[in-house]
Amino acid sequence: MSEKLFVSGDEAVALAAKAAKPHVIAAYPITPQTIIVERLSDYVEDGSLNAQYMYVESEHSAMAACIGASAIGARTFTATSSQGLLYMVEGLPYASGSRFPIVMANANRSIAAPWSIYNDQRDSLSQLECGWIQFYVESAQEAYDMVIQAYKVGEDPDVMLPVMVNLDGFVLTHTYELVQTADQEKVDAFIPYQKFANRMDLDNPMSTSITAGPPFNMEFRHQQHVATVNAEKKIEEVDKAFGEVFGRTYGGMIEAYKCEDAEVILVTLGSVAGTTRCVVDELRAEGKKVGLLKIRCMCPFPAAKIVDVLKNAKAVGVLEKDITFGYEGVVYTEVNSAMKKAGLEIPTSNYVGGLGGRSIYKTDIENMFNELLTGTAVNGGVEFVNLRRDI
Amino acid sequence: MDRPKVDFDFKVTKLPMGPACEAGQLHDVSSGMRTFRPVIDQEKCVHCLRCFLVCPDGAIDKSEPQLEIDYDYCKGCGVCKRACKVGAISMILEVEA
Repeated sequence: MSEKLFVSGDEAVALAAKAAKPHVIAAYPITPQTIIVERLSDYVEDGSLNAQYMYVESEHSAMAACIGASAIGARTFTATSSQGLLYMVEGLPYASGSRFPIVMANANRSIAAPWSIYNDQRDSLSQLECGWIQFYVESAQEAYDMVIQAYKVGEDPDVMLPVMVNLDGFVLTHTYELVQTADQEKVDAFIPYQKFANRMDLDNPMSTSITAGPPFNMEFRHQQHVATVNAEKKIEEVDKAFGEVFGRTYGGMIEAYKCEDAEVILVTLGSVAGTTRCVVDELRAEGKKVGLLKIRCMCPFPAAKIVDVLKNAKAVGVLEKDITFGYEGVVYTEVNSAMKKAGLEIPTSNYVGGLGGRSIYKTDIENMFNELLTGTAVNGGVEFVNLRRDI
Repeated sequence: MDRPKVDFDFKVTKLPMGPACEAGQLHDVSSGMRTFRPVIDQEKCVHCLRCFLVCPDGAIDKSEPQLEIDYDYCKGCGVCKRACKVGAISMILEVEA
């Protein structure tokens, strides 16, 4: 039965994972994801979720367990964050390269050193090349919905790739909001179990994750690339189909908010898109033509869709919570690459903010828009948002 | 010879999904590193099966009346030569084989 519940982002993810009925859950607790695995182990313990919960000693083992379970055709779920994600790193390309559609929730958190449990997106953005589809969400509701969509996309026979649903640590994981849960029968019908073509079973012995030397290795990579490219179309279709069944839809790969006539557009991802949305409304009320472009999927990267939204803007800013040290934020690099290929010559500026949990206030975003509107933003440069100069 | 043979027509598109294949699929020889290869002198061999027992790769086939070495699997370690009590196995340079 569909209910409206007052829950945290972590609880929303756990409820969605429960609704997806994974056969196997293998996860290790880490702040700020812990509540997800606590709730899921509760559900398994009280019998409301019929799944095998594997108690593992680390995230590396959690990923290995999901890979093993997925190899025999099981639906799997895991969740992690920050150092835990980095501890899984050896397994991530194993999962994507082997084409195992594992679904993982990652609570975005900074990475050490210096040690921090607070939010930024350096953990998952450092893994753009691991072959996982990467979603970024703005709210607990979107986190809930995207966990269900993740199974639909990842398990599609034309895709067969693992999917990471990223939600900002604390900002989303530990704040409460009303979340509309999905009707279980509708979820069952929306994501029926798939018979994976690469599954092993006793009647049909298979070798999995085989060795492939120079004569064949690159062809496997190419297959993986094509599957990831195919995923873009599926993500759009699945979001639409989800809207038809559950009444909520998010625009697929991207969401353009008040961008049609916008003179300047701020590109961002994750929970700060929510703050930006409020600022856009306020500045619009003052007559300023500003817009928000929210990137919902970083891998595959929706280059063409982004260009289509940005093409008439006079200036573009990219606000992100990560940095490729010595250069710029990776989202900025990707957006510029997309614009360059499309021949767009629009000034762009990079705002790197929120590292290690530093707040990004509405006034900060207002300043970004005003800089972009007045042409005073640093073209091509990186600006650290809210960097303290007093210490 | 009863071990799977190399499928020289192997293509990645023959597989159901990614790098997963039927058990026993072999798309490359597993012996490219060999410097010396063992050769059995069938005149001297007494079929005692010592070499068969010690071969770490299970590359010696005893299903026929004469023992046969599967060079797609033999790594050329020479353990069989050491185990042979009648001197029926000699190691010869791969380039001269």
